[in-house]
Amino acid sequence: MKKIGRRQAHSVTGDLTLILFLTLVGSFMVLPFIYSILQSLKPMEELFIFPPKFFVRNPTLGNFMDLFLRTNNMWVPFERYISNSIYISVLGTLLSVLVSSLGAYPLAKMKFKGRVVYEKIIVISLLFVHQVTAIPQYVIMSKLGMIDTMSALIFPAVASSLSIYLMKNFMSQLPDDLIEAAKVDGSSHLRTFAQIVMPNVKPAWITVVILTFQGLWNRGTGAYIYSEQLKNLPTLLTQISASSTVSTAGIAAAAAVFLMIPPVFVFVFSQNKIVETMAYSGIKG
Amino acid sequence: MIYTKTRKPNALYELSESRSAYLMLAPFTLFFLIFTVLAVVSAMGLSLTNYNLIEKPVFSGWTNYVRTLIDDDILIIAVKNTLMFAIITGPASYILCLFFAWMINELPHSLKIIMTFVFYAPSISGSVYIIWTYIFSSDAYGLVNSLLMRTGLIMEPVLWLADTRYILPIVILVQLWSSLGTSFLAFIAGFQSIDKNLYESGAIDGIKNRFQELMYITLPAMGPQLMFAAVMQIGASFAAGDISVALAGNPSVDYAAHTVVTHISDYAIGRYEMGYACALSTLLFAVMLLTNSGVSKFLRRHTNL
Repeated sequence: MKKIGRRQAHSVTGDLTLILFLTLVGSFMVLPFIYSILQSLKPMEELFIFPPKFFVRNPTLGNFMDLFLRTNNMWVPFERYISNSIYISVLGTLLSVLVSSLGAYPLAKMKFKGRVVYEKIIVISLLFVHQVTAIPQYVIMSKLGMIDTMSALIFPAVASSLSIYLMKNFMSQLPDDLIEAAKVDGSSHLRTFAQIVMPNVKPAWITVVILTFQGLWNRGTGAYIYSEQLKNLPTLLTQISASSTVSTAGIAAAAAVFLMIPPVFVFVFSQNKIVETMAYSGIKG
Repeated sequence: MIYTKTRKPNALYELSESRSAYLMLAPFTLFFLIFTVLAVVSAMGLSLTNYNLIEKPVFSGWTNYVRTLIDDDILIIAVKNTLMFAIITGPASYILCLFFAWMINELPHSLKIIMTFVFYAPSISGSVYIIWTYIFSSDAYGLVNSLLMRTGLIMEPVLWLADTRYILPIVILVQLWSSLGTSFLAFIAGFQSIDKNLYESGAIDGIKNRFQELMYITLPAMGPQLMFAAVMQIGASFAAGDISVALAGNPSVDYAAHTVVTHISDYAIGRYEMGYACALSTLLFAVMLLTNSGVSKFLRRHTNL
């Protein structure tokens, strides 16, 4: 008689070994995060004791306070970095989602010449890796006069192949009858898109929003921007961590933790929606 | 529902559908053409020139490509390392994504959510992999060194990231650590969406344990996800470079962790030889395309895609 809730081919020992193994490997996966957080909570004496200890004896929030003090005394005020980050991430995400979903709909549900070719090109472009396209992109942007403006970070992210790919796949699942009904009622393609399709593909555009936002938020301005007032938060925090000396090691640790929290946070809240979208992420040969 | 508008005759309707489609695709196409397609095409074009980013490019035909074949010793090291990356981390990360997604899928629901998060976290947190430089720090403060010294296994700190014997394995390790990204999620989703009835009938038909389940039911049903993950992992493993630079610097000691991508950066940003860097990029892209189509053919033949 099979146990309720357990498939016939599974054993209890199998389950337990699985959980044990996963916990072990899982601890390895989160090791750097935990280490990072512990480091940021250590007061100065503990950061440099020898032999170094993993755990913290007297946790303190002093490093975070120092971080705020230090950032408040800079030439460019701290809020400016945050607002730059927000501007870049929000605008970039909005544009990207708009453009990707607008483009995904024809690919998913409409007939036109060249559709198959377009789809193939998108799949190939999933292969384009950032490092390979970065330098020609820089040259293009400099010819367009975009270097040292925030558009340099926003525009390349707008035409993200991954976004349009995920949206298209998810939209393909939508039953055609829904769209047919709208057409029969006289709706234009744009209206069908905006009022029928988009509300029904919520997991997909939520995923695109999350992925794009994370990508943009985490990306330092790198070589594209050299004016200090236009730099964003990751650049600042990386500057602080990278230029840390013995006396500022605590601040650097706090900065590192600060950097790592937002994307993790965002993912936790949207995890199941993202997984739902990824269920339709397959490439059909 | 009262149909108040009649449908337009077919040909006209299709024409307007085509036109609407092109219009809706226009914004994406614009950005895509300028920032992606143009970039790749101009990279290919620049590969036929000598360009130092300051003066205008000078046409030089195939010299750059000839140079990659006969005149670049470091490229050989870079290719060897990149191949090691591609062969080890490519399939390894692919299998790890699959393996862990499968195992996590077997867990009860709440554990599943926590574990998915735990395994996916390294790939989204930007540059957390820098923390590994502290863990593998070459002085006695590094976690690994202090642990080994405290347990008496070694007497002096090991120069992890400066010793040519250890650099590559460590970079590979960290690369694997951060490789459980979108492919991993795709697999998790794929596993969850398989019809449970298939398993029941499988059990009746004689499937005795988890592994048989995996081989005979689960994997064949996940063709599309396997394909997607292959595309993403191939891209990622051939383009390995960021982690190597963060951990071992560019150039790394004796070029031990030099990959094609770091080699490209070296020539483009370090030596201002854009033409040569573009030739390398184009070759890399060609190799990636080839590998991809090879893997696609394989997957198409062995799963019900």
